[in-house]
Amino acid sequence: MRFVDEFRDAALGRAVAAEILSLVEPGRHYKVMEVCGGHTHSIYKFGVDDLLPANVELVHGPGCPVCVIPMGRVDDGIALAQLPGVIFTCFGDMMRVPGSNGSLLDAKAAGADVRMVYSPLDALRIAKESPDREVVFCAIGFETTAPSTALTLKRARAERVKNFSCICSHVTIVPPLRALLESPDLRLDGFVGPGHVATVVGARPFEFIPADYGKPLVVAGFEPLDILQAISMILRQLADGRCELENQYKRVVPYEGNPRALEALAEVFELRPHFEWRGLGFISHSGLKLAEAYADLDAERRFDVPGARVADPKACQCGEVLKGVIKPWECKVFGTACTPERPIGTCMVSSEGACAAYYNFGRFAREREVV
Amino acid sequence: MTEQAIVSGREEKILGVIETARAKRAKFRDERITMAHGAGGKATQSLIEGLFVPAFGGTALSQMADAGEVAVDGATLALTTDSYVVKPLRFPGGSIGELAVNGTVNDLAVSGARPLALSLSLVLEEGLQADQLRGEVDAISLAARSAGVEIVAGDTKVVERGHADGMYICTTGLGRRDPRARLSPSGVTPGDRILLSGSIGEHGMAIMLARGEFELDASIESDTASLWPAVDALLDAVGPELRCLRDATRGGVASVLNELARSSSVAMLVREGAIPVQPAVAGAAEILGIDPMYVANEGKLVAFVAPEAADAALAALRSVPGCERAAEVGEVRTEPPGMVLVQTSFGGRRVMDQLVGDPLPRIC
Repeated sequence: MRFVDEFRDAALGRAVAAEILSLVEPGRHYKVMEVCGGHTHSIYKFGVDDLLPANVELVHGPGCPVCVIPMGRVDDGIALAQLPGVIFTCFGDMMRVPGSNGSLLDAKAAGADVRMVYSPLDALRIAKESPDREVVFCAIGFETTAPSTALTLKRARAERVKNFSCICSHVTIVPPLRALLESPDLRLDGFVGPGHVATVVGARPFEFIPADYGKPLVVAGFEPLDILQAISMILRQLADGRCELENQYKRVVPYEGNPRALEALAEVFELRPHFEWRGLGFISHSGLKLAEAYADLDAERRFDVPGARVADPKACQCGEVLKGVIKPWECKVFGTACTPERPIGTCMVSSEGACAAYYNFGRFAREREVV
Repeated sequence: MTEQAIVSGREEKILGVIETARAKRAKFRDERITMAHGAGGKATQSLIEGLFVPAFGGTALSQMADAGEVAVDGATLALTTDSYVVKPLRFPGGSIGELAVNGTVNDLAVSGARPLALSLSLVLEEGLQADQLRGEVDAISLAARSAGVEIVAGDTKVVERGHADGMYICTTGLGRRDPRARLSPSGVTPGDRILLSGSIGEHGMAIMLARGEFELDASIESDTASLWPAVDALLDAVGPELRCLRDATRGGVASVLNELARSSSVAMLVREGAIPVQPAVAGAAEILGIDPMYVANEGKLVAFVAPEAADAALAALRSVPGCERAAEVGEVRTEPPGMVLVQTSFGGRRVMDQLVGDPLPRIC
């Protein structure tokens, strides 16, 4: 595939891996967090971590928008899906996320009309095709997907589609990163910054991480060479004693972001005072809701939504795993009460979560050599 | 004992707990049937191993092969059955009728049995156009003739509108064990080579695109075809050196390899760069975030061959029309047992796990 294969070149990969090896201080253990779930996916898909020395450890961050949705929100979605006449639409991987009593897939099996869509516009199309039904779109994701929800809501308004609404669980990336960085027991050396989010918000919002918290951050693309190069840039900063924001993904990410997308976000959404994250608890100003001007398209106002808070199970230690304080297997419920088939916490929900990955690949994952 | 040793002792213990749990027969504990139970991954496995085999479990069934064996007066027969519920009924490269013949023929073929006869059950939905039915009858008849099987029994049911997506087809196939074949999952041995009979992912991708949910256009055709010519050629060329065959249908090549790695307690190493994938399939899979290794095929087999016979087997495969792109894609190893590893084209290694549910597209 043109414009893709160039970023998957094995010879270049080996060259960058050799560079990384030359930058590693023997005996020092490095923990680098890739913030975005998309990076985690690429790392697994291409075996990027296999090209790193074992003392460079990748910690999977809070940037999987599906895994961070708390149980109470999943329950709200299921309650909406079960209302008579409702067609509930959502992205594919949201369907498997467990609520306190099953997932949307389970609700579908029990008779709810739950449909997978690829874009919020597909949900709007379904609404126009089924005027006698209420179509609810389950909006999730970081600033990456929020603009497409915003544009869809604007279009629904312009086209006067009355039977369309949206339950909004969009989140923003900076507050959870700040929460992680504020934690006194954080053990991370640097960050691979979220390239897709930065395409929308720009690189600028991440300046505070090197400036205020002294951790290098490199905004990176999603091809394996992008990720390796970003890791090498972080290690070079550490070796040089520098601490900066760098942009490896300049071919896509402008420093100031995408002004038109930001404009749409500002028009359609406003910040919630606080939003709950699975495994991380409540974080101020980390979630988006529909602005007053769009209140009539807000499913949470149009319908009666339970809105009950379901506490993360006490034994769950996802927060510590995310901060790099403990390894997955050090969690009290890992592998016993919490498994990929019956996950408790965010790190086990997605197959790419740190715990699910360790559960599946544990012994294999430890075969790498330590430099 | 040093602190380091205590910690790794604990880690070792937890890894042990997980491995014991994984090795256990899957339990069926779900409250309801979900689509995942039909997707060919872990949920399907829990249904088969946790409910069906314990309930019916004779020796033939508990082998969980593509076809069961029945010995009759010295002859060994192979019996298999399959239902076809594809939507849409016609898709680029084939139709439900053609699929219903080839799918069952292929289950016999990869069991090392020459397909002899089929039974055919039709479940028709009230309102189905007669021309559509005629079209499928023609497709069934043509596919049966070219696969050299006779349809010897049949049944028809009609259900109310809204109950059967046009039509469902169930076929049962009878075959005769070929004397050249010594196929068995337990025959898979470390060192064996893994051969693929052609490019992968075409059937599943053709169906996904034909449903029109993705607004993607690509000229991808289903690969539905009888595999008996390929099996025949392999048996002729290498006979007993052919250890095991599987047709990579639901769940794709990845599921076939995982099932065998698990049941034979061996590891498999697959070279991603060696796997033939048509550019259009690779492109669509990339856009949808789906790995072609998990996408269904309807005319591709995976062959496990003794290392010294691998070249002859590959040459034999490539001489069969439709298998020109056959390739050696990996080998069987000892460690780590039960796992399938992929050497990626980029140069890393990763685990290729069993599918947990339906392959759901990712948002990020």
